[in-house]
Amino acid sequence: MKLQFTVTAAAALAAILALSVAQADPVEDDQLVINGEEELATQAPAPDHLQGALGETVYSGWLFRDTETRAMQKDDFDNPMFLFVDAGLEAWDKQEGTAGKSCADCHNDIGESMRGVRAQMPKVNDKGELWSLENYVNDCRTNRMGAEAWGWNSQDMKNMTAAIGVQSRGMPVAVKIDGPAAPFWEKGKEMYYTRYGQLEMSCANCHEDNFGKNIRSDHLSQGQINGFPLYRLKDQGAVSAHQRFVGCIRDTRGVPFEPGGLEFRELELYVASRGNGLAVETPAVRH
Amino acid sequence: MADNVKPRVRVPKTASKDEVITIKTLISHPMESGQRKDKDGNIVPRSIINRFTAEFNGQLVIDATLEPAISTNPYLEFDAKVPETGEFKFTWYDDDGSVYEDAHKVEVS
Amino acid sequence: MLISRRGVLSAGAGLAAFALLPVAVRAQGAAAAPTQTADEVIAEFTGGAEVVDGDGVKLTAPEIAENGNTVPISVEAPGASEIMVLAVENPTPGVAKFVFGPLAATQAAATRIRLAKTQDVVAIAKMADGSFVRTASNVKVTIGGCGG
Repeated sequence: MKLQFTVTAAAALAAILALSVAQADPVEDDQLVINGEEELATQAPAPDHLQGALGETVYSGWLFRDTETRAMQKDDFDNPMFLFVDAGLEAWDKQEGTAGKSCADCHNDIGESMRGVRAQMPKVNDKGELWSLENYVNDCRTNRMGAEAWGWNSQDMKNMTAAIGVQSRGMPVAVKIDGPAAPFWEKGKEMYYTRYGQLEMSCANCHEDNFGKNIRSDHLSQGQINGFPLYRLKDQGAVSAHQRFVGCIRDTRGVPFEPGGLEFRELELYVASRGNGLAVETPAVRH
Repeated sequence: MADNVKPRVRVPKTASKDEVITIKTLISHPMESGQRKDKDGNIVPRSIINRFTAEFNGQLVIDATLEPAISTNPYLEFDAKVPETGEFKFTWYDDDGSVYEDAHKVEVS
Repeated sequence: MLISRRGVLSAGAGLAAFALLPVAVRAQGAAAAPTQTADEVIAEFTGGAEVVDGDGVKLTAPEIAENGNTVPISVEAPGASEIMVLAVENPTPGVAKFVFGPLAATQAAATRIRLAKTQDVVAIAKMADGSFVRTASNVKVTIGGCGG
């Protein structure tokens, strides 16, 4: 682990946090019940590999948002992400590419074939490469449908990953970190604790050392990604995990890695594993 | 011109006569406010849904004028009462002249 | 094609004001119509009639908006024919106007709005007797630390 400690960085972070209000913990008294029917687990015992870094419990980012934002996720109609899920479900049935096939032609019903898929992403494929859900989608598109690959953060891709992702909603996040995944996971972990940018801040500086506190008026979460792709009120649109990583690193005044690149897939694996046990909330709503 | 503008409406399929039904509507639309600038510093022109109407069997429920302050993917919720079996017509009007429609039948007992 | 308020303005009383605009703005047409102040928007709605603060109209808005881009609000004014909503410190103060028809079960509506900064959100209802009643809610719009 490389830790380049500089006085400036520490002072900067301390100054920002000093202006914050007293510690505001995740909400204790609200349950994430979808459509009045399905309750999702927004807390879980911290995975062993963390070795206590986040305390005993891991919390979903949902618990750190305010009342109105949390309410938006409780109803599949109020949740604007479902505009994109609907579009993804339409695309699932649409024939595209030189093979004249749709996703449905091979995978049939999305609810049956895609159940549990997103809960294990990213994972190592049979060629030993670490793939996120987007890689699998594009692999089918290019190799089996004869269609063009979708951009990682294109609306089409986010529609599809939302439609596939919701099929895992409620299931525990369960990414593998051992075996062939181990070397990728180690790199992701190293990245999580590396300070980036002019402000020299690492993911851990905020999401491990200071979750629950406010950075200006932002209530810091543990930085879990169990809800991605999700609707960000700020963007007024669908946001993918890599897109969010780009934003975070850019805000340290660093040059972000490429969305879809190996670095962010490794980081995605590591960050996902920090939330192993939390329910998949895709498609979530955050600010 | 807005692409992929899709309405999403929640209306119950059945209701009792004069029962209060809550209707929720959402439509995917960027609602370009006319305040943003592009990379070259030019204003991105306003392009929004400027009006929404809901009618039932030809009678007005609500007529909403929307300004650029309405969020992207405009959400509208309101209550209607239905005196008889019939059909709701929902219409969204775009600055660029496009009109988007959705219709839902309701059986009234 | 629907005639917007902008269209009515430039066609009628606004013609004189329109002529005073810098040429470049006029040339752009509808996209650069003059921005009305909150008072002007209100005056147009009420026709200059008196507006009284009261609880005949209710406005529900959060005290603090987690993000200014999507702030949920709702308005209700039993017996009203119309309700107008404004955000007085936005670049253009108008937010929405709701006209209720015979099949509206309540004179209420909910939506999500954009607030450029901390400000009062104002709701004015036109009652059945032609009178106008007003209420306001201050909403704090916060800046997140991450920015991104």
